[in-house]
Amino acid sequence: MTRIAANTPCRVRLILNGKERVGQAESRMLLSDFIRHELGATGTHLGCEHGVCGACTVRVDGVASRACLMLAVQAEGRRIDTVEGLCDGDALGDLQAAFKRHHALQCGFCTAGILNSCAEFLDKTPEPSELDVRDMLSGHLCRCTGYTGIVAAVLEVAAQRRGAPPETSHV
Amino acid sequence: MQAQSTVEALGRFAECGYARERVEDNALLRGAGRFGDDLATTAGTLQAAVLRSPHAHARLRKLDITSALAIDGVHAVLTGEDVREWAAPFAVGVRQPMQHWCLAVDKVRYVGEPVAVVVARDRYVAEDALDAVEADYELLDPVVDPEVAAQADAPVLHEGVGANVVNDRHFSYGSPDKAFAEAAHRIALKVRYPRSSCTPIECYVVIADYDVAAGTYDVTANFQGPFALHSVMARALKVGASGLRLRTPPDSGGSFGIKQGVFAYVVLMALAARKAGAPVKWVEDRLEHLQASSSATNRVTEIEAAVSAEGRISALRYDQLDDCGAYLRAPEPATFYRMHGTLTGAYDIQHLEARNRVVLTNKTPTGLNRGFGGPQVYYALERLMQRIAVALDLDPLEVIRRNLVPADAFPYRAPAGSLLDSGNYQSAIEKGAAEGGLDELKQRRDAARREGRLYGIGYCAVVEPSISNMGYITTAMTPAEREKAGPKNGAVATATVGVDPLGGVTVHVSSTPQGQGHRTVAAQVVADVLGLEFETITVNVELDTQKDPWSNASGNYSSRFAGAVAGTVHEAASRIRKRVAAIAAHQFEVDASCIRFGDGRVTVADDDRLSTSFRRMAGTAHWAPALLPEGEPGGLRETAFWSPPQLAAPDVNDHINSSLCYGFVFDYCGVEIDKVTGRVRLDRYVTLHDAGRILNPAVLDGQVRGGFAQGLGAALMEKFEYGADGSFQAGTLADYLIPTTMEVPEPVILHMETPSPFTPLGAKGAGEGNNMSTPVCIANAVADALGESDIELPLTPSRVRAMIGIDEPDAPEGLEPIKPAAGSGSALQASDSVDMPGDPATVFDAMLDPKILAKIIPGCHDLQAVGDNAYKADVTVGVGMIRARYKADVNLSELEPPHALKLSGVGRSAMGTAEGSARVRLTAIEGNRTRLDYDYEAAIGGKFAAVGARMLQGAARVIIGQIFSRLAVELGGGSNAGSWMKRIVDLFRRLFGRSKK
Repeated sequence: MTRIAANTPCRVRLILNGKERVGQAESRMLLSDFIRHELGATGTHLGCEHGVCGACTVRVDGVASRACLMLAVQAEGRRIDTVEGLCDGDALGDLQAAFKRHHALQCGFCTAGILNSCAEFLDKTPEPSELDVRDMLSGHLCRCTGYTGIVAAVLEVAAQRRGAPPETSHV
Repeated sequence: MQAQSTVEALGRFAECGYARERVEDNALLRGAGRFGDDLATTAGTLQAAVLRSPHAHARLRKLDITSALAIDGVHAVLTGEDVREWAAPFAVGVRQPMQHWCLAVDKVRYVGEPVAVVVARDRYVAEDALDAVEADYELLDPVVDPEVAAQADAPVLHEGVGANVVNDRHFSYGSPDKAFAEAAHRIALKVRYPRSSCTPIECYVVIADYDVAAGTYDVTANFQGPFALHSVMARALKVGASGLRLRTPPDSGGSFGIKQGVFAYVVLMALAARKAGAPVKWVEDRLEHLQASSSATNRVTEIEAAVSAEGRISALRYDQLDDCGAYLRAPEPATFYRMHGTLTGAYDIQHLEARNRVVLTNKTPTGLNRGFGGPQVYYALERLMQRIAVALDLDPLEVIRRNLVPADAFPYRAPAGSLLDSGNYQSAIEKGAAEGGLDELKQRRDAARREGRLYGIGYCAVVEPSISNMGYITTAMTPAEREKAGPKNGAVATATVGVDPLGGVTVHVSSTPQGQGHRTVAAQVVADVLGLEFETITVNVELDTQKDPWSNASGNYSSRFAGAVAGTVHEAASRIRKRVAAIAAHQFEVDASCIRFGDGRVTVADDDRLSTSFRRMAGTAHWAPALLPEGEPGGLRETAFWSPPQLAAPDVNDHINSSLCYGFVFDYCGVEIDKVTGRVRLDRYVTLHDAGRILNPAVLDGQVRGGFAQGLGAALMEKFEYGADGSFQAGTLADYLIPTTMEVPEPVILHMETPSPFTPLGAKGAGEGNNMSTPVCIANAVADALGESDIELPLTPSRVRAMIGIDEPDAPEGLEPIKPAAGSGSALQASDSVDMPGDPATVFDAMLDPKILAKIIPGCHDLQAVGDNAYKADVTVGVGMIRARYKADVNLSELEPPHALKLSGVGRSAMGTAEGSARVRLTAIEGNRTRLDYDYEAAIGGKFAAVGARMLQGAARVIIGQIFSRLAVELGGGSNAGSWMKRIVDLFRRLFGRSKK
């Protein structure tokens, strides 16, 4: 295995939300810091930097991963998808719109990570039960909402993608 | 559920009362929020890292920053000397000679207290340099338990005060002694409410700059208020209020009161920027946040009620001891006084006595935490209500009913001074019981109990105060002290509404939200007043103390938005409406009373032909001042300030109306307890809220759900654990457990609306009710299920399991149980044995040989003799991800050659202290071999204890076991001892090829 000193500057090239991006990272720099401060995509947030809260979750080659538990250099050549890539053009994507309808966020700090886990989950689990959704979401901490709106939003999007009409409004 | 709007709206439905989707979400869902760490910074901004005390109580003898400064990329290190020169200690709410600086200047008093700030090119370099700062401490005895700290012989934190009890007040209202003497029953209870925190997911962020030319500071921080603390910060920085320009970012990632505590770091980073001569940014990490940001106040309460034979309470007596941690940080001791007027809760109790003592301990300073003061009071009061029911063999809900404030008594003056503004507690309880399905829940309980399952129902009734009286804190002072200090009272709210030349409406509020949807609700209020589409209203919630209207009560706390701030928005918008109406009346040549607003137009009533768009009519004030009526100055912007007259200062008899509004919460729940695991499962939770007029029901339900989840966490999971040595043991989110989706069921939420007569819109606050009600409601249900009176939170499975008291089956033969840790949570004890070649004398001598000792101590770089069997050693220890290099004193004592000795070591590192000792007994066994039995004790503090508590038991066993297994190797090969640990170590060696030593 190649060993490089912790503070060696490295060039990292990756695909961020479909666009090739290049930046400088010391070999010890976390992927989360690289995305936020080097590439300027500040939608990914840091809540604990030890892999528990889930706020920094991004998709690495389509798989939801903690950006705080990866080094930037490990992302070399990979496809990284973050919250900034979830929109449908300028409009909110269906998942985001459902979150809005269901008041599935308050401060919005944990939301980006949750959206990324949900995005991967819905791709792989088109007909989830509520327990499936709760199990998937248990890797994320939200302090504001009590999770109700989040669970409802994910179940609704799953139903919608299977062809059910969306709810018009919450409450 | 939808409320009637209090404002007139023509030709369109009312916004207020409608579950409008939130305008905030558009940016947040795109990842386009602007949180503190997202903001653009000035070129040349440096990053800070904070060196923190690994000790709970110590004198800081020396701080050597030379090596840290020598690291490439390090610009400056701020120390206590700089702080003494440039700053002053923080003002304290009680008159005592104690100093709290933003950085330790002579002593450290809690684990995590800032000791120095390193400013560097980036955070990585800054953290490298923290390890290079050499701090020399003289350790002092810590005190962690508040009841111990209050005793006369306890170690004293602040020598100037001479004791740890820094405030002791006694209150009496009515004739409590007489009521107790005449009562049929006196029922008492002692409870302890633990430390926890609502832990926002975004930690503290501060960006600070110093203008050397002007001598002023400019700081952006995710501070939440109250802005009364701006004065505390400015005074600590020794500048006037204008010398500290404080700004808040557009978005803040949760707070729940906790971000009040960032104020100390505003001062610290302002000084760091001054020291570095450059802007400085600091982003707190999770360990820093958990161990040292802030905490709810833990409290010990003895409560007693004078009760009639029918369960009617005539008097209450409280003896409360609040543990505010190492410093009495503003606004403490407010945890007591926020609730002071409301100590009788929802009940009509005429006589009251209270003793409030504030004690300091070697723990993190406390501060605001959602529910502030409420969980502590209601945990005592509502547990007592349940105990009264048990004692008198009454239904707990019946005891609540018999004591409620009568429905026709509002506004009701409680004995300690709260003026309960409105409510109907009786009908709330009937509605809650009926619509929440109480009868069915009781049937479920009875059915479960028939099957032998552990099932209980808990109730609680809570008055939820909102819109704090800025004068309540002065109740901590005696009337004479208050007389000297001058009166403090009120709660000034402010809002600004402006109309630009194109008719766009912009609103500014100084409520600094952290996710509560203030922008949405403020826009709803203004849309109604001006008859405009919701989407056309822009609301800005950033606060800049240099440019924006604000006052000491500004900020987001005490659930003051709906009642105070939204009401003030309504007032400012109404002024705009009045001015635009006057302009329209002038143009249409009608009386202003005929002007109507709606559908974006300004119209004369009963004459549709006289109608102009709002945009055009309001634009007149900018474009054509000559057309304005007399007295209309032109331009169009109104700033309203509002403070309710009901919030008077405490009177000479210590009566205090501590809040303006008092909502009502009635909760009940059914819980089932797993007999095997002790897990508490919520079967159903019903929560009814009367928060006055509802402005946005979806936003309100969000507050209820969030508060409920946090209340559930406080009841079942969350606690800041400290060891007896003051070490902090909950430094990660894997140690400090927060409810996830799997733990939070959906509560049944019910509402009723009794408008407040004291707020402009009739709304009351509702952000904190469940933080007050849910912990005790669940505790009451567990008490009911187990028939126990002594219930302590959090009700973790292990605690509940211990209460159930099931007989353990005997351990399987041959399995030695691990001894539980004694005393301190970080103390570890165990025994083991290892067989080795040679007779006991050989083994004994080998242990006295420094060369061998150096080889067998794991991670030992160097060992120097300093006396008989006394050594100084340099040892690296790793647990999990963290490693620390200790300077250790190693001693061999209690020598009984060749049978026994004691090996002990005490080490210090930047990560904290470690102590351990092992008693060794040597016995000759067959084949010229020796059995070495050892019992050890180890105690580990500092960062290891904070983040590695889960791993310490195992790590200590491995590290100490290594000493003796290595000794066996030194003496000529392995051993065939029955030590399981050795087998594991051997296995690892085989797997990873580590053969040496």
